[in-house]
Parts: sequence; structure tokens; C-alpha cells
Amino acid sequence: MLTKAAYFIKKIVGVLLTIFLVLTFNFYIFRILPGNPFALLFRGAGMSSEVIRDLNTQFGLDQPLWMQYLIYLRNTASGNWGISYQTRTPVWDIILPSLSNTLVLLVVAAVISITAGILIGILLAWRRGTKIDVTASAMTLVVYSMPTFWLGLMLLFVGVIYFGLPVSGMESLRGATEGVFVQLQDRMRHMILPLLTLVLGLTGQYVLVMKGALLDVFTEDFMVTARAKGISNRKLLWDHGFRNGVLPMVTLVALNLGLAFGGAVQTETVFSWPGIGLLIYRAILSRDYPVLQGCFLIVAVAVISANFVADMVYPLLDPRVRTQ
Amino acid sequence: MTSDMIEMQSETEDSARHVYLKVLSGFWSSYRRNPMGIIGVGILVFFIAAALLAPYATSYDPTQVFISDILQPPSWNHPFGTNEAGQDLYSQVLYGSRASLIVGFTAALIAATLGTLLGITAGYFGGLVRELLLRLTDFFIVIPTLVLMIVLASVLGPSLSSVILSIGLVGWTGTARVVMSQTLSVKERAFVESSRSAGAGDFYILRSHILPNVMPVVFAQTVLVVANSILYEAVLTFLGLGNPNQITWGQILQFAFVSGAITTSWWYALSPGLSIMLVVLGFFLTGYSLDEIFNPRVRKI
Repeated sequence: MLTKAAYFIKKIVGVLLTIFLVLTFNFYIFRILPGNPFALLFRGAGMSSEVIRDLNTQFGLDQPLWMQYLIYLRNTASGNWGISYQTRTPVWDIILPSLSNTLVLLVVAAVISITAGILIGILLAWRRGTKIDVTASAMTLVVYSMPTFWLGLMLLFVGVIYFGLPVSGMESLRGATEGVFVQLQDRMRHMILPLLTLVLGLTGQYVLVMKGALLDVFTEDFMVTARAKGISNRKLLWDHGFRNGVLPMVTLVALNLGLAFGGAVQTETVFSWPGIGLLIYRAILSRDYPVLQGCFLIVAVAVISANFVADMVYPLLDPRVRTQ
Repeated sequence: MTSDMIEMQSETEDSARHVYLKVLSGFWSSYRRNPMGIIGVGILVFFIAAALLAPYATSYDPTQVFISDILQPPSWNHPFGTNEAGQDLYSQVLYGSRASLIVGFTAALIAATLGTLLGITAGYFGGLVRELLLRLTDFFIVIPTLVLMIVLASVLGPSLSSVILSIGLVGWTGTARVVMSQTLSVKERAFVESSRSAGAGDFYILRSHILPNVMPVVFAQTVLVVANSILYEAVLTFLGLGNPNQITWGQILQFAFVSGAITTSWWYALSPGLSIMLVVLGFFLTGYSLDEIFNPRVRKI
């Protein structure tokens, strides 16, 4: 039997190990690139060799690789994430506002799609084998087969032509001069299309998992007992089915965050939503490796932390895990 | 070799062929009963035939420019319309299917090979080896797949082969997990035990007992991985990580987006996107149906 403390320590060690692996990967993968990083940074600017040597010393590039690795770890820990090739500003300063814009989009999308997923999942489990079930499950698979960015492109066309929604960005330029209410309304109008894209892309999985978990619960012995005792169907579904069925969702929400970031990269690119995804897209186009490196690190750490939180919350919700 | 021996040999060959045919026809008769699987295979046959017969299905070169037909909606001459350079989208989608399918298959092959090797090793050898491989798999499962692929592809430089490599190198985790659990159950079976007591070494057992028993599951899984690989190809190429001179479905969509024609010309992104959706759906339907046959424990949800 694992005590609470032992469980916690085991998970914490796992998280630290994974973050350490991410840092190591992040350091070495960008060292595969040919050439000196500063040659890339000041492409064609014709720097004198003394300036290059100075910069090399400053960033430790004249040191052996393992020393550079240690310098990288130290710099990363102290918030020195390098300088963007594109804007010549510190990566850390660019990443933070982008991350909060992405999180706004992701959190709202997650809340909507999880709620929809749970409700539709319950409905389909309840009406399993009927026309609704078959149609909805087929729809889920069809949407899952679309690339998210293409779904976004289609919604963009329809939204702009038929509903006159804004195509890009987070707010209109004139928005800042008007009242708070108008500004808020303007932001929400900008959010509709990206949100719809993300929600459509994410909901299917929640539906399938909720439905699957409920169907699993339906065949458990305690459900058979409850049914034999004459408990009503509605009560059976809510008190017994729902509470057990919603458990796997907690793990899925955390695991899906990685998928959601993938969706955000595509959605933000299509709608120019100024988040981490758009930052990644622009970094790809301009070969801005420090920004890409920083984005990878922040996204990876965010997902790892979310999984850690899910691991911590799960035993609180499910007493069976505590004693394992 | 005496005539007896030749006879015996041909007899065993015959019976082996017989068993093989029987298994195959048994497989087909259970697959046939699955309407989803039939639809899936139908879609795949259609697209693979279209990719192979592309030169016969269109009289245009996909790069041919029709100066007077810039951004034209679908017509008899150009059934899918034309793009901003005045090229025929029907022939572009037709020829683009070749690259998209090749990327899907090659990336899935890399992922299947990696996943099978790692899964078998982790399942067969316990202890530290499994612990390390499980950690590695967990690492790849937790890290956001698309962002990891983007990093790999951009470090390797934009090209078709770096798109293939980055998808293959990241996409093996599902296969590894399935193979590992299958290996764990196969290695406990009696025939493995008896083979070991007859003096068979690890390598022999892995090659002639474990691998053949794991292959059907790998096959079903790989069909699903092809579907995901085609999706990822489209995304990575759309984000500018592909070779712009190579027409793929993702590349057509990238041009549609970057040229800004997306808000004026509804047909531009429609045909490549629908093609991706249909092919991916075909692979999913086929893969799920295969999985149901080879892996009876998988329940239908």
C-alpha cells in the first residue's frame, strides 16, 4: 500500500525527471543546426570577428558542449531564454503575453467542449444503438478526420461572408477608444470563430470517452444490483453512472491539453490570434529558433504540470486509487 | 534428395499454403460482415487508384498555367476551379494525392518499425530495460505531439523528407504500447515456454514466436497511424514546413491561405480539404475494423 506522501513524492520525481528530459532535448536538438547561432542572428550584417568572439564569450559558445549545457540550464532557470532573431527582444518577454492569450482561448474552449462532451456522451449512452447514437458517432469520426486548420478555414469563409464576423486578431483597432462594454463585445466577436474551431475539434473525444465510460459502468455489478433494487433509470444514470463515468474525463482533460495546444497552433494561425500558436507559426516562417525553443519549453511544461495536477486530483475523486 | 523427401516437403508446403488460404478466407469472411470496414476499403481503393492513374484521369499538367483562368470557380474545363496562379486545381489535387499518400505510408512505416521494436523489447525483457522504455514512451505521450513535430521539422529544414521523419519519429507511441501489452500476453503462452525448455534462445523466440503473433495487431494499428500521418502532413505543410515546390494537399491549402484567396474563392480550399478528410476517414474505418478482428478485446464504443 502506498501512503499519500509516497504517492506524492513518486509523482513529483516523475515530473522533475520529465522536465529535465525536455530541457536536455531542447538544448541538444537546436545544437544540431549547422553554423554559429550569431551568424544566424545577424544574417548578412557583416560583423567583425572580434564582435563575434565577444558574443561567443558572453553566451558561453566558446566553452565545451557540456559547459554550454550547464549555462543553458542556468539561463533558463533565471528567465534568460535568449533573444528573438526576428524582433531582437528577449524571448521571455514575448512568450508571456502570448501564453495568456492562448490560455484564454483554450480555457473557454475546454469548458465548452467538456460540458458538451459530457452531456452528449450521456445522451448517446442512454440512447445507445438508436439513430441519434449512430448519426452522432459518425459525425464525431468525420470531424475527427478533418485537419483542424481546414475546419478553421471553412468556418472563416462562412463567418466572414455570411455573418460578417472579424477575420483576424483579438480586437479591432478602434476598440480601444470606446467604452468597456463595446470593447468586450468586440473581443467576443473576434473570439467566436477561433473558439468554434477549437470546440468542434475537441468535443468529439470527450463525447466518445464519456459514452464509453458510462457503458462500462452500466455493466458493473453494483449497477445490476441497483437496477434489481428497483432504482429509477434517471437516478441510476445520475447517482451511479455519472459519478463513475466522469472520472476518466479528469485524466483525459489533462492529456488532451497537448492535443489542445496542437489545435491552438492551427487555429491561431488561421485567425491570427496573438497567442503561442501564432508565435510558433511566425517563428517557423522566420527561422526564429530561440522563440521556437522557448515556445516548446513553455508548452511542454504547461502540459506536464496539468498532468501532475490531474494525478493529484484523481485520488481525491476516486477512493479506489488511494489504496492501490 | 530422394523422391520421398521431395514428396514430404511438397506436402508440408501444400498444407502450409492451405492453412494460409484458410486463415485469409476466414479473415475476409469476418471482415466482409463489417459495413464500416467495407466503406473504408472502398474509399482507400478509390484514392489509391486515383493516385496511380493520375496521368490518365486528367489531361493537364498540375503546374500548367492558364493565364485567362485565374481564380475561376469550378467549370467543365476545371471541375475543382483554378488557383491564384491560374493552375487547374483538379489535376493538382489528383497529383497531390501521390505525395500525401506516400508521406502517410512512409511515416507510418517508420513509426510502426520503431514502435514494434521498442514495444517488443519492453514487453519481452522486463526490469530496467522496460522501466527505461516506459519512461521514454511516457515522455513522448505527454509532450504535445504537434509542437514536437514542428520543432523537429524546422530543425531538419523544410522538405518532404523532414516532414516524413518528424512524423515517424514522434508517432510510434501508440504502436509501442499495443505491441508491449500483446508481447506480455504472448510470452506467457505454453508454446513459448516449451520452446524455451527445448533450448531456444531469446532471439529465436522473439523472431519465430512473438513477432508473428504481434504482427496482426501492428498491422491494424499502422493503418490508424497512416490516417494520423496524413493529417499531420497537412498541418506541418500548411504551417510552412513542407517543400513549396512539391504539390501535396497540405501545400495547396497553404497557398490558398497565404495568397489570401480563402475569403474570396470558396472552391480553393474545398477539394484538397475534402480529399484529406475522406482518405483519413477511409483509413480510420479500415483500421478500426481490422482492430476489431485482430484484437477482440477491443470493445465497440
